[in-house]
Amino acid sequence: MKYKANGTFLAMLAVILCGADWLQFRGRNGAGASRDAAPPIKWDDSTNIAWRVELPGRAASSPIVVKGRVVVTSSSGANQDRLHVLCFEVASGDEIWSRQFWATGRTFTHPFSAVAAPTPVSDGERIFAFYSSNDLVCLDLNGNLQWYRGLTFDYPKSGSDVGLASSPTVIGDTVVVQIESQGDSFAAGFNTENGETRWRIPRHQGPNWTSPIGMPVTHQGRHVVILQSSQGVTGHDARNGKELWHLEMPCATTPSAAVSRNRIYLPSDGLTVLDYPPEATTPSLYWQSNQLKPSPASPLVAGGRVYTVNSAGVLRCGDASDGSRLWQLRIGGRYWSTPVIAGSRIFCVNEDGVAKVVQLGDKGTIVATNKFDEPIKGSPALADGALYVRSDSYLWKIARP
Amino acid sequence: MKRCAVILTLIALAATRAQATGEIDTGPLLETLRTVKAKGEGNRAAREAWKQLAAAEATQLTEILAGMKDAGRLGENWIRAVVETIVQRELQRGTELPLDDLESFLVDIQQPARARRLAYEILALLDDNAEARLISGLINDPSLELRRDAITLALHDAEQQEKAGKRELAIETYWRAFHASRHLDQIKTTSQKLRALKQSVNLPIHMGFLTRWKVIGSFDNTDENGFDRAYPPEKKVDFTASHEGKLEQVRWIDHITTDDYGIVDLNVIFERPKTGDSYGLTDKHKGAIAYACAEYLSDQIRDVDLRLGSINANKIWLNGELLTANEVYHAGMEVDQYVVKGRMMPGKNTIMLKLAQNERSEKWAQRWQFQLRVCDELGTAVLSEADRKP
Repeated sequence: MKYKANGTFLAMLAVILCGADWLQFRGRNGAGASRDAAPPIKWDDSTNIAWRVELPGRAASSPIVVKGRVVVTSSSGANQDRLHVLCFEVASGDEIWSRQFWATGRTFTHPFSAVAAPTPVSDGERIFAFYSSNDLVCLDLNGNLQWYRGLTFDYPKSGSDVGLASSPTVIGDTVVVQIESQGDSFAAGFNTENGETRWRIPRHQGPNWTSPIGMPVTHQGRHVVILQSSQGVTGHDARNGKELWHLEMPCATTPSAAVSRNRIYLPSDGLTVLDYPPEATTPSLYWQSNQLKPSPASPLVAGGRVYTVNSAGVLRCGDASDGSRLWQLRIGGRYWSTPVIAGSRIFCVNEDGVAKVVQLGDKGTIVATNKFDEPIKGSPALADGALYVRSDSYLWKIARP
Repeated sequence: MKRCAVILTLIALAATRAQATGEIDTGPLLETLRTVKAKGEGNRAAREAWKQLAAAEATQLTEILAGMKDAGRLGENWIRAVVETIVQRELQRGTELPLDDLESFLVDIQQPARARRLAYEILALLDDNAEARLISGLINDPSLELRRDAITLALHDAEQQEKAGKRELAIETYWRAFHASRHLDQIKTTSQKLRALKQSVNLPIHMGFLTRWKVIGSFDNTDENGFDRAYPPEKKVDFTASHEGKLEQVRWIDHITTDDYGIVDLNVIFERPKTGDSYGLTDKHKGAIAYACAEYLSDQIRDVDLRLGSINANKIWLNGELLTANEVYHAGMEVDQYVVKGRMMPGKNTIMLKLAQNERSEKWAQRWQFQLRVCDELGTAVLSEADRKP
């Protein structure tokens, strides 16, 4: 018990020192990057695996890290109708708490995916776990249930039998979900404190697995959430859902946009970058490149460069200022998991659980290849100097001793 | 707002009592959790009630579990979270849980099925022998989750019996597991085992799939415009009539499916010779609509589930009443994909389906199929009188 207390203290101290929580799918701004993180580049059974814990069920979701806790979701049972939220201590991998719920909506998915496909999100005080069954659960960091929305009760025709995967995001004090399929399609914002619906707007009825993302700076005092679909990209006031602008540019329906302070990196027509400074009412075209098309993983932005992986397993690096392609590197495999950038390295985990570590620079160089020997669909998380990876059956912490 | 104030007052009163007596008055608090509704109604009050219930003593666990009765799926989840929180806290404290009470609760089939399952999960957490001791007797349990575990054990037993050369005993055990199975994967496993042992298994009867259909088509669905267009069968079902179809006069055709899972393949029924470019890349009907009708004989008024699987846009009518409409194309096909409630009346009932195919040319967009079964809430077949053994 003494060891656990010390472990907890050290974990909390590390978080305070690093200030590096990973609160949502692809971390801060969906950029998928952490400037300070420096996890080890090589690991195996005897080296640099700080801990590994077995998980119930399966998932395509990513871990998040908040205040010394790693949180993951799973779905299990004969019909994947048992929904799990599990919370582990960063330092030791000990389970702090776990909660289960019975799905209230549809639980059919493609065999490759899972009901626990969306990545949970945190505002630093609460955890919002969302599932393909349209269950949206809010727990505090100690696992106490705050509110529960079964959105299929509200909108019975919403959902898809190949599964939804859009991850929620928190913008200000609103948690935003995007539910788009051939059925009842909508985006909605919920009060983070009590789960009440702040707004709901109809969306195009067609398959879409992309995630909403908030602009990191306010525009005319508003928090803006970006939504993409095959019909275009729209910006909305996150507080009331009001559409602020709409650009008719067909977007991809699997890889999601990343944002930086003034820019939106949009999987559309290859990769299209929109300039959206705080004073602008509507974004404008910054550049477009057919040579940086991401699929199915989402683009990454760090250090003035943009990175994408295409469906052939080729990692590409472009200049974020003009879209010119700087280099490309065949890393092999299929990447559902969006890679993450830690300092000067990118960690790419393919669906077979092979992790390629690429040194970034004037060219890309594979510096290590590691094997998890488990299928992996979710993107890793970076926090506390460590890499957290969720495979089909395990949660891994990759860190130096 | 007034209702919310009343609820919060009741919660405050419950809290006062709790302070005075050292126990939680769970009644009004559980009622608050049970009354959480769609669109978030009741969440605020539920959170306050939840906090107090989560502070209850372990001795009140079964009382709280019993609160799942008539709770609905949202209320069940609120109550589940209470129970998990209490159990976690007490285990961290090293407190003994009321295992005898939980076991009594588990075996009482009058208690809510999901609550009993949760009681078992708590027991299994603390007792390595719980499964062996408690589960095997629950093979016909109203809790599908408990039943599932019992079937898994029975399958294991049967395999051991088979390996030991006790063929007749193994067959008997497999049959017991098959009859109890309600989840598709276990139905498949048990039926395969039985067939491997030369047993005759009728899956459509076990699951309640309708196999005798009358079908008519095709009608026009170009640009997906036919889904909401009422073609003649929607106005009057007359199996002797012919109607103007998309390409020609069309008539009702008798069709009996022999598929284990009741799949009716409309592409096969309406198979056409290749017609050049008229239908794109294949000879299948594209931009087409078919109707399928089945008669169901009931000896009484009975509420049932009608469970449809179809990869095409669809509608279901029962005795002329539209039960559901799902304008979804090629998003998968699963057993029990669309579940609707219907009321069978004494005598002949007519189930009619509308199956709409669009014009997409991709390989994955060519299927035009459905399967429909009639069962109860647990998935137990409710057979038409015509399918019952004399």
